[in-house]
Amino acid sequence: MDRFIYADNAATTRLLPQVLNKMMPYLTEQYGNPSSLYSFGQTARQAVDEARDTVAEYLNCRSDEVFFTSGGSEADNWAIRMAAHAMAKKGKKHIISTAFEHHAVLHTLKALKKQGFEITLLPVYENGIVQIDDLKQAIRPDTALVTVMFANNEIGTIQPISEIGAVCREKGVFFHTDAVQAVGHIPVDFAGLNIDMLSLAAHKFHGPKGVGALIIRKGLRFANLIEGGAQEKGRRAGTENTAGIVGLAEALKLACLDMEKATPPMIAKRDRLISGLLGSVERSRLNGDPIKRLPGNVNISFEGIEGESLLLLLDFKGVCASSGSACTSGSLDPSHVLLSIGLPHAIAHGSLRLSLSQDITDEDIDTLLEVIPPIINRLRDISPLWEKILKNEKYE
Amino acid sequence: MAQFYSDKVMEHFTNPRNVGEIPDADGIGEIGNAKCGDIMKMYIKVKDGLIDDVKFKTYGCGSAIATSSIATEMIMGKTIEEALQLSNKAVVEALDGLPVNKIHCSVLAEQSIKAAIADYYTRQGIDPTPIVGKLADPHQPICEL
Ligand SMILES: Cc1ncc(COP(=O)(O)O)c(C=O)c1O
Ligand code: FES
Repeated sequence: MDRFIYADNAATTRLLPQVLNKMMPYLTEQYGNPSSLYSFGQTARQAVDEARDTVAEYLNCRSDEVFFTSGGSEADNWAIRMAAHAMAKKGKKHIISTAFEHHAVLHTLKALKKQGFEITLLPVYENGIVQIDDLKQAIRPDTALVTVMFANNEIGTIQPISEIGAVCREKGVFFHTDAVQAVGHIPVDFAGLNIDMLSLAAHKFHGPKGVGALIIRKGLRFANLIEGGAQEKGRRAGTENTAGIVGLAEALKLACLDMEKATPPMIAKRDRLISGLLGSVERSRLNGDPIKRLPGNVNISFEGIEGESLLLLLDFKGVCASSGSACTSGSLDPSHVLLSIGLPHAIAHGSLRLSLSQDITDEDIDTLLEVIPPIINRLRDISPLWEKILKNEKYE
Repeated sequence: MAQFYSDKVMEHFTNPRNVGEIPDADGIGEIGNAKCGDIMKMYIKVKDGLIDDVKFKTYGCGSAIATSSIATEMIMGKTIEEALQLSNKAVVEALDGLPVNKIHCSVLAEQSIKAAIADYYTRQGIDPTPIVGKLADPHQPICEL
């Protein structure tokens, strides 16, 4: 293997050593239970409290609005279920979301649908962005909740969260956003954007896996997620994951402090990768808006090839990436995100997502630009679909 | 290094045998469709009742490419009757197994060989159905089989 290029940071990221250092004491000497009265326990309590303050500071929310969870999926499930059930009691059983949410949201909505909720999924169009007029039209008197992701995990498109927040606030509808891909990558202002609930996960911004948070606007009294002890004000019981929580806060702090400096070079690398690939591979296209997208997200479809074989060949070259093809997911259909922006199945099967981090250097971008086109050509050479495309035959 | 596929699958995927086309093929079989993300195309050359040459082209996942590669090896030089006996199970075994959700790729290999042989018979003016049996409808998504 020539080189190791980890370009799958939307899947998960490397735990930063500084973050691990902050966590270490709570995995070793400082093992006290934050709920214990003695000072040994109170040291852990203080660490959790400080972490909560840090999260509040960098996301512009209040400390008592931060509820730590086991990650993004848990936060999404909790937010949507509790809002839905609370509002159902008031006769509101309509939920608005988008067609390209993460499965943590979509499958929760599917479960609610079985329980009698009505779900409207807004279209996201070819650029992968929700249109505010569609939202305005979809809101009804019985709308309980709007849940729209901050930024999409596959195509990186950033949603008009500020407008959505304003519309929801004006109409008196609760607004949850899955900000798992946004937090630590682009500015996220909980209070300023009129968000009622926001999900995040530490492992997407160089923190540890298995820890996240749901920010719940003060005053929203919804059902508890886990009954038990008094942790997280009794709303999500269970002895705190002290080290994880400390790691989440430290990673968030580092990401936010670094953001202004780190973003422009990241965007430059992203755009060089995009234009380089589109320029050297014929019949390729960028998926999602070219500008309103996460600084590290590249998602390109190459006609005539299938994503899994592309990933395997990239793996030989030491490149970690992902694809929305059906063959990679083990399901019959390619990624619902790519279908939601109107891609035909065959083009969705040939998609490649490269998600960057600061670890990716300019040389890495050169390597990617060098390595990918020959792999595409090699697969096209043996592809009967590519043959049809070249002959302009109909194929789908 | 931990891997998803067996060494055998990876070996055939990396160095596929008998890739390409046969311009003057005696039979061509194509199975699968773009919508599912898999198409296999087999070319055969028949001489004295034997598979004298076989080549393939595949659009699909790693296991689709590996199954077509090993399938061509398994029928090369064999009689048509033997080639028709090739089952997807035999292909899977020869590859030291496939992940469960990849078994359908081996069906593709079996079916595309049968389709090529059926095409061969048709070109000879022989109705292939009694010999080859019923084939997967090429327009029916193989991924739903
Ligand atoms: C947008 C989005 N939401 C939710 C999740 C789930 O987060 P977690 O894996 O921490 O449960 C992910 C990560 O896969 C994501 O990208
Ligand atoms: S070709 Fe799709 S799983 Fe094998």
